[in-house]
Amino acid sequence: MLQAPEITPELVEKDKVYCEMGLTDKEYDMIKEIMGRRPNFTEIGIFSVMWSEHCSYKTSKPLLKKFPTEGKQVVQGPGEGAGVVDIGNGQGVVFKVESHNHPSAVEPYQGAATGVGGIIRDVFSMGARPIASLNSLRFGNLNTGRVKYLFEEVVHGIAGYGNCVGVPTVGGEVQFDDSYEGNPLVNAMCVGLIDTKDIQKGIAAGLGNTIMYVGSKTGRDGIHGATFASEDLSEDSESKRSNVQVGDPFMEKLLIEACLEVIHSDALVGIQDMGAAGLTSSASEMASKAGMGMEMNLDLIPQREENMTAYEMMLSESQERMLLCVKKGQEQEIVDIFRKYGLEAVAVGTVTDDKKFRLLHKGEVVADIPVDSLAEDAPIFYKESKVPAFYEENQSMPSYKPVIDDYAAMLRKLLQQPTIASKEYVYDQYDSMVQANTVFSPGSDAAVIRVRGYDKALAMTIDCNSRYIHLDPEVGGQIAVAEAARNIVCSGAKPLAITDGLNFGNPDKPENFWQMEKSVDGMSTACSKLNTPVISGNVSLYNESNGQAIFPTPIVGMVGLHESLSHITPSHFQNDGDLIYVIGEASAEFGGSELQNILEGKYFGKAPTIDLDIETQRQSQLLEAIRAGLVVSAHDLAEGGLAVAVTESLFTKKGFGATIMVEGDLTAGLFSETQSRFLVSVNKENREAFEKAVADAKWIGAVSRNGKLVITNNGEEIMQEDVEELQQLWKGAIPCLLKSKA
Amino acid sequence: MKFAVVVFPGSNCDRDMYYAAKDALGEEAELVWYQEAKLDGYDAILIPGGFSYGDYLRCGAIASTSDIVTQLKTQAEIGVPILGVCNGFQILLESGLLPGAMLRNKNLKFMCHFENLVVENNQTIFTSEYKQGEVISVPIAHNEGNYYCDEATLARLKENNQIVFTYQTNPNGSVADIAGITNEKGNVLGMMPHPERAVEALLNSADGLKLFQSMLANWRENYVAGA
Repeated sequence: MLQAPEITPELVEKDKVYCEMGLTDKEYDMIKEIMGRRPNFTEIGIFSVMWSEHCSYKTSKPLLKKFPTEGKQVVQGPGEGAGVVDIGNGQGVVFKVESHNHPSAVEPYQGAATGVGGIIRDVFSMGARPIASLNSLRFGNLNTGRVKYLFEEVVHGIAGYGNCVGVPTVGGEVQFDDSYEGNPLVNAMCVGLIDTKDIQKGIAAGLGNTIMYVGSKTGRDGIHGATFASEDLSEDSESKRSNVQVGDPFMEKLLIEACLEVIHSDALVGIQDMGAAGLTSSASEMASKAGMGMEMNLDLIPQREENMTAYEMMLSESQERMLLCVKKGQEQEIVDIFRKYGLEAVAVGTVTDDKKFRLLHKGEVVADIPVDSLAEDAPIFYKESKVPAFYEENQSMPSYKPVIDDYAAMLRKLLQQPTIASKEYVYDQYDSMVQANTVFSPGSDAAVIRVRGYDKALAMTIDCNSRYIHLDPEVGGQIAVAEAARNIVCSGAKPLAITDGLNFGNPDKPENFWQMEKSVDGMSTACSKLNTPVISGNVSLYNESNGQAIFPTPIVGMVGLHESLSHITPSHFQNDGDLIYVIGEASAEFGGSELQNILEGKYFGKAPTIDLDIETQRQSQLLEAIRAGLVVSAHDLAEGGLAVAVTESLFTKKGFGATIMVEGDLTAGLFSETQSRFLVSVNKENREAFEKAVADAKWIGAVSRNGKLVITNNGEEIMQEDVEELQQLWKGAIPCLLKSKA
Repeated sequence: MKFAVVVFPGSNCDRDMYYAAKDALGEEAELVWYQEAKLDGYDAILIPGGFSYGDYLRCGAIASTSDIVTQLKTQAEIGVPILGVCNGFQILLESGLLPGAMLRNKNLKFMCHFENLVVENNQTIFTSEYKQGEVISVPIAHNEGNYYCDEATLARLKENNQIVFTYQTNPNGSVADIAGITNEKGNVLGMMPHPERAVEALLNSADGLKLFQSMLANWRENYVAGA
């Protein structure tokens, strides 16, 4: 265990103590120059967390700059706790995604739980009431005990925290692939609602104003969590279990209510959550953003353990803590509000004008650092980028032509693929309805939350097909954004903006950095084209275990607006006799498809192509048709292609069936994952109007009540399947895998 | 009619309950913080769901020791209608206002989805607007909703028609499929499913609204018509 008093500044340098904290020799030298002397142990600890990738984005910053972040709907772009988008009536929607991958890999319950807690704090620290949570999860295949344990405990942790804190978990996605076996991904997104006049900032402004600490006491949990998040996972990661924070959702619930009351107090100047790097990051960022300095007396920090050193207090990532900047002389107002909820607000420091971050402990100055060097002026590194050999190999392959002898058997297999199968096992454990605004809960393309008191609603989704990105990061990046927008449009909403959760491997490997670069390029192009700027996000690098990187996984969280409740459209078929249309032709594209996974056990070749002009045109035509009342249901075609989309659309109402006619190449028609396609059902009466409104719509069949899925090809019957049986397979797949012996 | 919605630290369905009474039913409602409360003067008291005190110790156990529960007992005694939903039900059990206890769901997992409930007794002030035997769709959201009581208690519940709602398909292992029960006098109802989440077709069911309408109808009959 590192102990502060014994380690002198000389020892820090001589024994390279900073290396253990994740800093390089070069960075140490930079720090020495900034300080004009050797930093002491506490100071070097502070630098190490603030300069970790997790806090400083030192390697990803040059890429993040490429994202379009502006639009007339954007009220607050990246840089604050979360982004804000205008939704009319003086209201804004606030959202952000954050990863908690490494903590979840070693302590899945607490890792996932505190991931949820952290992102909720980011949202209410803006002054917004959290109204929905979503999550995006990746695991290895469910065939080892370890993976099953990670999967079950991550879900359990999200449920344990989210349910208690009273924010409905309304949507998400779970995918399984070997590349995530040692390094699962847990990305949590929170959406909040705010009157834009109430937006708060994380600033410590006004010379002499008071810095107050609220929430849980500081303990030794989570020390160096941000650093841990910024290195590769290895066999000794298990020993980092003590780095994982422990959550208390009850405390968080009290903090939410108290903070949402405090934002209306005129005494409040700024407020920020103590997230990664705890007290260090919140305090230094608040001061740096305001162009000020800060002095804190660590003797005043509420502590739950004895004899904590300055180093431990500054690096602790104890959960459920907030830092406030309060007008001098008005501290009591703040104290009183928190007291109602049984919480103590304690004055721990003051705003200074010397741009220094100065900490006192037991009568001594234990740190004195130019504050901008920790936050705004943290270093940026430009990494080397190199096209991976496997990419070129994949690009040069002839297009993959799958051979299928039994189409019905293949459909059944697809429905049982864990990535496609029903996720009811997961979302049934989440309270998806608390707050009584949930129109569509998990299981729909997008979740829909109505805005109480207005004729409008919010659609939200989180999505990423990392197989395509693995094969072609630029095209895959475009697809990730386009697919999220497709989900939003299908629900009847107009896409507004995205938050990105960039999960990649070690950026020091040029091939990994190339993947980051290209995915960001692809996402940026699509965001510009679809007018969905990036308003917030998170970067998680070093997602590797034992030297093997995960598939590049830049997750897209998107929010859209229903301009009227009457536009809300379900994903699934609703009425017997409705006509079924598919928008967009299939071509034989199977690289990275679920079909390829089944037949070959791996992904290779080219990812599906995407034409963003066609994408935009189809999305806007479909949205217009929905708004005109011409569409009963709309579902996007994704993993497993048309056959899977049709089947899923039948699962809502008992006894539903459909007859579908496929012309031409049956394999492509049924299973290709060609992009920019939708499955739509339409009332017979609206046939002409709909066909006129959506140029690329093709009539392929009708919904029936006979409980059978009948598919014909060029007039010949290919399959006649019992829908209820298909549903059992689809529903039972994940529970069945969990029960089977590893 | 004036409803009180009692808010404990950690309650999280308090606003849902408030809006059900105020917007869906169209009556007066007030959120009442547990420390500031005077519970007299309300026509009905609603104890919302959530995780009072984080479910620490046992669900509802800590809340049941608060001063406001002492007041609640007085109000129950004088016949004021009291509805406890989910954690509110657990608080009513812990405070002894209703008999029995909650165990963890039989699958040991939190569960949240719509369930079909059977109205077993429509002769209560909470269910008079339903038909006897009516099947209604109302969501559940709980981890400890597996109702348990001993055989003697169950026999008494049956004999006095205190079992008001049962699950059509038992999701959590509750004794006798019990979803909601009243006290002997019939003015205190505890139920695990959330009627306040089922008061608008937009949110996929309005079947819970009749519960609030029943309370209103009975209040009118007793107080308005009689006055």
